[in-house]
Amino acid sequence: MSNPPHGVFAPIRHWLLLPSWLTIGFLMVSPVLIMLVYSFLTKEFRGGVIWEFTFAAYDQFFIDRGLFGDEPPQIEWTYINIFWRSTWQAGLATLLCLFIGFPTAYYIATRPASTRNIWVFLITIPYWVNLLIRTVSMKFLIRDNGPINAWLLQTGLITEPISLINTPIAVQLGLFYSYLPFMVLPLYAAIERFDFSLSEAAADLYAHRWYTLWHIIIPNIKAGIIAGCILVFIPSLGAFLAPDLLGGAKNFMIGSLIEEQFKGTAGNWPFGAAASMILLTAVLLVMMLHARNQKIDAAHQGH
Amino acid sequence: MRKVQDIRRYQGFFSMTLLCMLLLYGPLIIVMIYSFNDSPSIIRWEGFSLRWYYEVFFGLEAPKFKKAAFNSFSIAIMAATTATIIAVAAAVGMIRGGQFRAKTASFALLSLPLMVPEIVTAVATLIFFSTIGFVAGYATILVAHIVFCIPFAYLPIAARLENISSIYEEAAMDLYASRAQAFFRVLMPLMLPGIISGFLLAFVISLDDFIITNFVKGAGVETLPTAIFGAVKQGIKPDIMAISSLLLFLSIVFVTFSWFASRIGMKHS
Repeated sequence: MSNPPHGVFAPIRHWLLLPSWLTIGFLMVSPVLIMLVYSFLTKEFRGGVIWEFTFAAYDQFFIDRGLFGDEPPQIEWTYINIFWRSTWQAGLATLLCLFIGFPTAYYIATRPASTRNIWVFLITIPYWVNLLIRTVSMKFLIRDNGPINAWLLQTGLITEPISLINTPIAVQLGLFYSYLPFMVLPLYAAIERFDFSLSEAAADLYAHRWYTLWHIIIPNIKAGIIAGCILVFIPSLGAFLAPDLLGGAKNFMIGSLIEEQFKGTAGNWPFGAAASMILLTAVLLVMMLHARNQKIDAAHQGH
Repeated sequence: MRKVQDIRRYQGFFSMTLLCMLLLYGPLIIVMIYSFNDSPSIIRWEGFSLRWYYEVFFGLEAPKFKKAAFNSFSIAIMAATTATIIAVAAAVGMIRGGQFRAKTASFALLSLPLMVPEIVTAVATLIFFSTIGFVAGYATILVAHIVFCIPFAYLPIAARLENISSIYEEAAMDLYASRAQAFFRVLMPLMLPGIISGFLLAFVISLDDFIITNFVKGAGVETLPTAIFGAVKQGIKPDIMAISSLLLFLSIVFVTFSWFASRIGMKHS
């Protein structure tokens, strides 16, 4: 309302936006708020909750009081360890994606316009392909009796099949494979906008090519690198399919822990809600840090 | 020109690009190839055959998969249509609404389903439906899908609208068109490539969703991804690879259409 509405559709903009406000507000914002309430309720054993306020879910998450709840409270490491495992798996997947994704994005962005679009299209396709099917194909590929092991055995490179399924390595492979396109696309968008006359200027001043990459190109596309890292890190952190299908019970990540509270045998809704709230808080912290950095960058550029 | 090329080139980046493509496509291509394998054991290659595709359509499990496919497609069509209508209205409000106080908040709201981890959305939606007493089943899946389809429909539509000058609808109004006529006769046809692109992406996202569907579906209601997941839990059988290949093929077709829709549109502007 700071400016008077102008243009054909400006006077009815609130009516145009109303359906999206209502849908997302009613079906996305209010569910998250109700989930916050649930995390403070008492669990019912067959799933669901009893409407009695308690800190039990968070207590169970962080504090160990022994099997019967009568021992002196200690820090409960089980769930913190699961969060820690998720964090480093997601972090490592992000680094791996950056390592493969950066050269790819750079190569594509420096192609002539005609072939560039074909390359972008090739990256876009896996981005949209069913994540479940991609994870299943990875599982099929690396199974003990899968094609890779069969091929390695046949060539005589190994005598015993390499057992990858149900190891942290398999989970890592799955995460990396799932979210690789999420890294390449924002990197590509950033590099494509980069002004390569800066590279030329650096070369004219006798900068080594890799020096130019490190000191000229990378600082200039920092925003794209951070965007790519966030797009890989956040879904990896809450991933369910890769740890579930490739990791098995020993390589639980947050996603599997949460799922088990609702679909599995654990059946503890308040605890699942609390774990979801903790995951959501972690994600929002990353986002807020990112937003703050962007603001600081913008302020620096403004001066 | 040659010199510029040399400066931009880095040793090894092309090999990394090929490695990236191999990593992205290798597993999918191998599954597609093995779905034509004649062997029931899926371990050894025993010649080309379409028997697993026959199995998917006419075998013992066929009715289950057909029901799941019907649910998946009907939900995807309805969810994508609803989400596209909401997204078109929102895009016109956002891009043609000038500056207004709720603009930043509206954009945050529109992109919220992209920010929140899927598993958290799934939990929150399940708890919400359970609280208001909405019995889990077909309808809960549909409602949940509409919500997360909105941003996927919105982004290409808004991108398209940003590239259309407002002089067209203003000219229409000057010629005494009503606001509705200016939209449906002038602006919407110009936006159509973006709308098609957004619809197709929303359709693919709905068709592919597993995590949220798995949480909000009732007992006995399956979509293709939940049916595939259930079957995979008992081991990867060849008919699963055939059905996965079909779904893979469909996704590729839709994404290709969406890609061309958005590109053809851009050429005209």
